[in-house]
Amino acid sequence: METQLHRSLIGDDDLNRLLDETDDAGAAVLPSTAAAPAVDAREVAKVFGNRRVLDGVNLSLRNGEFVAILGRSGTGKSTLLRILGGLDPAFTGTVDVPQRRAFVFQEPRLLPWKRVVDNVRVGLRGAAGKREASAALDEVGLHDHHRAWPKTLSGGEAQRVALARALVREPELLLLDEPFGALDALTRIKMHVLLQTLCRRHHPAVLLVTHDVDEAILLADRVVVLDEGHITLDVDVALASPRLRADHAFGELRSQLLAALGIDEIAEGDRA
Amino acid sequence: MPRLPQTPQNPRRSAPKWVRRLIGPVLLFGLWLLFANTGVISERTLAPPGKVWAAFTDLVRTGELQHHIVVSLHRVVIGLVLGIAIGVVLALASGLFRIGEDLIDGPMQILRSMPVLALTGLLIVWAGIGESVKIWMVVLGVVFPVYINTFAAIRSVDSRLVESSATFGLGRVGLIRHVILPGALPGFFTGLRFAFAVSWLVLVVAEQTNATSGIGYLAMNAREFLRNDILVVTLFVYGALGFLSDALVRLLERSALTWRPSFIAA
Repeated sequence: METQLHRSLIGDDDLNRLLDETDDAGAAVLPSTAAAPAVDAREVAKVFGNRRVLDGVNLSLRNGEFVAILGRSGTGKSTLLRILGGLDPAFTGTVDVPQRRAFVFQEPRLLPWKRVVDNVRVGLRGAAGKREASAALDEVGLHDHHRAWPKTLSGGEAQRVALARALVREPELLLLDEPFGALDALTRIKMHVLLQTLCRRHHPAVLLVTHDVDEAILLADRVVVLDEGHITLDVDVALASPRLRADHAFGELRSQLLAALGIDEIAEGDRA
Repeated sequence: MPRLPQTPQNPRRSAPKWVRRLIGPVLLFGLWLLFANTGVISERTLAPPGKVWAAFTDLVRTGELQHHIVVSLHRVVIGLVLGIAIGVVLALASGLFRIGEDLIDGPMQILRSMPVLALTGLLIVWAGIGESVKIWMVVLGVVFPVYINTFAAIRSVDSRLVESSATFGLGRVGLIRHVILPGALPGFFTGLRFAFAVSWLVLVVAEQTNATSGIGYLAMNAREFLRNDILVVTLFVYGALGFLSDALVRLLERSALTWRPSFIAA
């Protein structure tokens, strides 16, 4: 398998610690080993009332692989992400994920009573935590905002803090739940570039939930379409970088994905 | 299209805000002065400013006023400290633990609808007519606003913040310390402001029942002897103390909630 390709930069001690620990998020969640895929979800199902939101989803991610999940509203994208993140222990099936996972939500979810740097180091210990938090903030370009209060930040800045808070934990799996959905178009473009830079540097496996087909094609190695609780399409994004929306192949893939999402006419209109 | 003239606001044309704010009170004082001295309001209805001032200086010179203020302050401070402590402990117990909520919240919700002042009689039966009754009445008045607001604040901390903080490695104790308690602090301060206001209200009544000292006693005594002027002095003292205690809470709030947008902007 190709799992060694994008192994993140963690020491042997860390690996041993990960292997020794068991996850308390749910009995079916097992810590993965270095040789195994970063994420391996088998027959994951989830029922809300009498609605099967997820109906036997199989999904695996290699280490360092960037996968985008597309789907219409209410198709269980976020639910799948929450299950993989350990936020939802009530599901059936087996889920094999790394111990070190980090979430970025659609809203920044910063603690308004903590300064930016203290938000980033929440849950980390001691002086080392503070140092790493400062470094992470510098990395996302917020050199001047370490001591700022969250309420004084713009939407894009707040989301960069959320990104720094996730990355400072050196996650092996980064879970992004429509992280750029609430940002304006220009800020979103900047955030795409930032995210790509950070992923190249840290090599986490990334699972991105999004509504934005272009965003998925721009960022992901692979795009998965979720519909009515099933994965209905799973395509590799075989485009050379830099990926440009104007490229023919980009447009082809967009049409294919939009068709899978049930909007053929708009796809036709786009091509014309 | 005709253009509206865009005259810039002349800053010199309007007086500073505090001056404008003073116009109302000064006008009111002037009316009082006018009506009292021309006899429109009889002296038996409302003492004229001159007599009130004389009574005030008299009371200060003999040290009587200071004595009563110190006694009242003493009662209020002890009652507030005890009441806030009890209210907070109860709110934490029922806000953070399910068993606490089951045991505490029901009784508190029932008791809070009872007017504290109606308990005066019962408290006198229990605690006599000494110093402790007055303090316990303040305590009772203070506990409920502190409890209700703090409990509600703990329960309304944004669950999304709790959830995300948990994913970033905070355990139960860490969540309480870093997320729930700071998140509940604004609600606690709302309770605190009510508590301060209520404490004076309760004390006025408590000190007018079987007291031998305190501002309430001074007022009651003045009423007995038809000393209109002293009554007005006590009203001003109550007003001043209420104002000062509210300013104190606002000061505390400002230093504890520096992260709030209203304070950041200031």
